Amino acid sequence: MTQRASFTPVVAGSASSESPATPKAPARRGGPPNPSADALRQRFGAAVRRVDVVWGETTVIVDGARLGEIAAWLHDDPAQRYDLLADVTAVEFRDSELPLEVVWHIRSLPFRRFLRLKVLLEKGRPLEVPSVWATWKSADWLERECYDMFGIRFAGHPDLRRILMWEQYKEGYPLRKDFPLRGRFSRSEQLRQALAANPEARYSMDELSIAQAFEDLPDDMRQRLSTGEKTGE
Amino acid sequence: MATTKRTVDVQLSTSGVDAQGRPQRTPLVTDQSGNLLTMEAPPAIEPDLQADHMLINIGPQHPATHGVLRLVLELDGETVVRCIPHVGYLHCGFEKIGEYRQYNQIIPWTDREDYLNSPGNNVAFALGAERLFGIAITERCTVLRVMTCELSRIMSHLVWLGTTCIDIGAFTPFLWAFYQREAIYKLLEDWVGARLTVTTTRVGGMAADVPDGWVDQLRHFTKTFPKTLAEIDKVVTRNGIWVGRTIGLGVMSADEAVNYGLTGPMLRASGVAYDVRKDFPYLDYETYDFDVPVGTNGDVYDRYLVRMEEMRQSIRILEQAIARFPDGPVNTDDHRVVLPPKSKATSDMESMIHHFKQVMEGPRPPIGECYVAVESPKGEKGYYMVSDGTSKPVRWRIRPPSFVNLSAIPKMVEGHLLSDVIAINASIDIVMGEIDR
Amino acid sequence: MGLSRAEPTPQVIQSGNEPWIATRLDFLVNWGRANSLWPMPFGTACCAIEFMATAASKYDLARFGMERMSFSPRQADVLICAGRVPFKLAPVLRRIWQQMPQPKWAISMGACASSGGMFDNYAVVQGIDTIIPVDVYVPGCPPRPEGLIYGIMLLQKKVMGERMKDSSIRREMEPDPTSQLYIPPSQIDELSEPFGNSVHQTRSGL
Repeated sequence: MTQRASFTPVVAGSASSESPATPKAPARRGGPPNPSADALRQRFGAAVRRVDVVWGETTVIVDGARLGEIAAWLHDDPAQRYDLLADVTAVEFRDSELPLEVVWHIRSLPFRRFLRLKVLLEKGRPLEVPSVWATWKSADWLERECYDMFGIRFAGHPDLRRILMWEQYKEGYPLRKDFPLRGRFSRSEQLRQALAANPEARYSMDELSIAQAFEDLPDDMRQRLSTGEKTGE
Repeated sequence: MATTKRTVDVQLSTSGVDAQGRPQRTPLVTDQSGNLLTMEAPPAIEPDLQADHMLINIGPQHPATHGVLRLVLELDGETVVRCIPHVGYLHCGFEKIGEYRQYNQIIPWTDREDYLNSPGNNVAFALGAERLFGIAITERCTVLRVMTCELSRIMSHLVWLGTTCIDIGAFTPFLWAFYQREAIYKLLEDWVGARLTVTTTRVGGMAADVPDGWVDQLRHFTKTFPKTLAEIDKVVTRNGIWVGRTIGLGVMSADEAVNYGLTGPMLRASGVAYDVRKDFPYLDYETYDFDVPVGTNGDVYDRYLVRMEEMRQSIRILEQAIARFPDGPVNTDDHRVVLPPKSKATSDMESMIHHFKQVMEGPRPPIGECYVAVESPKGEKGYYMVSDGTSKPVRWRIRPPSFVNLSAIPKMVEGHLLSDVIAINASIDIVMGEIDR
Repeated sequence: MGLSRAEPTPQVIQSGNEPWIATRLDFLVNWGRANSLWPMPFGTACCAIEFMATAASKYDLARFGMERMSFSPRQADVLICAGRVPFKLAPVLRRIWQQMPQPKWAISMGACASSGGMFDNYAVVQGIDTIIPVDVYVPGCPPRPEGLIYGIMLLQKKVMGERMKDSSIRREMEPDPTSQLYIPPSQIDELSEPFGNSVHQTRSGL
């Protein structure tokens, strides 16, 4: 594949001198931590609650309130440069005493590093964390999915709504442990609710503002929208 | 890529008025004998400033959205002003069900999620589970998994190639690509018995060792496949229609691409040389000699070139893997995870207990978590597993590359035409099974 | 939409009384229909890939007259639902079915379309026959192309067995809440309780 002379491709690992190798037999606990963990401790002090190294991967548990700052620093600092947000997800344990963990997987392509950030959310209090959308645009859909599946609200997300289930999904948040595998409603009720949707009328108010499409909706949809029901997906 | 443009001048011999009576060309003012006197500028046609934008809904059932994707487009004439994608029409609760299945029982689920890259997903999950269990795999298994991953990459790219060609208008490469896929299906079928949803791996090894003659069949495939690829290349790559429809479309710059979380050929076409096989290697990929194609413009044409070259590089890796394929057992002999031979189970007490525990309860990893990422044909595919010591994971998370890649589509299609939306969508190489899980 | 109210009893055709010319006409019409079934591939997941492989050159569907995939339901004869159908997609499937003009048939391809397959969870419809009437079920996960072709040949046999006199097979019924056939969900739950309507979370510990 010829590369054109005027463009220099961005190379991962450009700031790292070691050549990467397949990890062989990492220890279950207590391997060498990612240097960013120490740097975080130095920079943010008490906001970094704990650092774990499990199977060679460094996990940093941080304070939820300062997550936005931490994310921005990890992205912007020239010695950290975590430019790729790989994943945002959450973990709820079967033991209901344990808090819900919100997990961010970030990669630094220039330094070839991988870091896991976690925020612990106690049950019984509102599940809210700051959004990192301002730092990494990939958080857009990842956080929406986390909200859809767990009910965790991401403060500062531009458009937090359900993404995988439909917006009026009433059964709850599927990946929570108190949500049964087959759902809360019976099969016939689930089917009835699903089929009650009118596929031609599934637009959000935002979309309906295009081309004044509101007038073209069926009557029942217009009535439901005018009473404030959200019918988008 | 130099494309020639031809400009043709047309002398208008008619009055220069269109069917609606509006002047179409500069009117030529002639006197009675036909001599040209002056040229007047045509009256300006007033733009319709009150024209609404159009609301167009594509999907969820549509041939060109590669699955059940719904795109709501706001069009100004034929230009896209805004695109709002809706996903979730194939959400089947994979991650939820992973919490109710043992690790070996989850492997068939990994087939169904990115169903074009089934063998590759199996390998990725097995690597993650083995990391969680803390067990090592044999040499033979490592090389066999590399072969599996690369075959899987070729399989997936062939479907992408075929369907993208159909979307842009060329039907024949689809048939050629699927004929090559049948060759790979034959290989997989001879090995594990299934064509598409193969479940080739198990925790600690593979479902079965390859039969005799399989490696020769694979070698034959590596010799015949490049010929078909060259044929498709000849027909498509420098084709004027193809080039005209794909150059300059859906451009993502390198910074944007990284910030939007794009990975795989989407990211590499935008000029970022990040490949999980090179940067965070697994399965001894650092010992194989292969190149990673990187594009420069980040448009649809570059993504096409990157994927075509990736298929050639996969053949290169396959040849090396065949050359170094060692003998030996394909499963590890750690019987906490791999079933001991059945013949021993009837005579040896320990083997019987291993059988019993693994079949009834399933192997139990220690408490911990791990995130293992591989380079799937779509991008960085990650499996994040959290174990609480029981035989079923507490959380099984699939990091879907197509999901994150697709989230950039509103950015990519803005300002393009409606037919370009289809081409850009095709270039992302989405699999709805992976996006919606 | 031209749907009439339900007529519970279909007409019974006395086979001895049909004039010979009617049987020949039936044969001609059915032969024409069976050998040019234009599929509407409602492909969602893995089965769609096997469907594409069936349509490709090795297991050519063109020899059955089915190579012209009609992605518009208005021009299709047979809806091949290839893949799992989640609840979010259910109204779309029903709308596509309603948009297809008669005569129309449906093939449920794969385990997921036939019964929900391995997806016995909150998100997936447990069989598309809860949404649309299905003529042929093709088991498999995914079914081999030969399996799908066998299913198509079964459908062709079914089509050949139709009679123009029996218009009940072409009659569509909307689920009408005021009809006697409509059972509300709570009653369905009660009726299906002994059969385990998969709302019982404790069964088999899975």
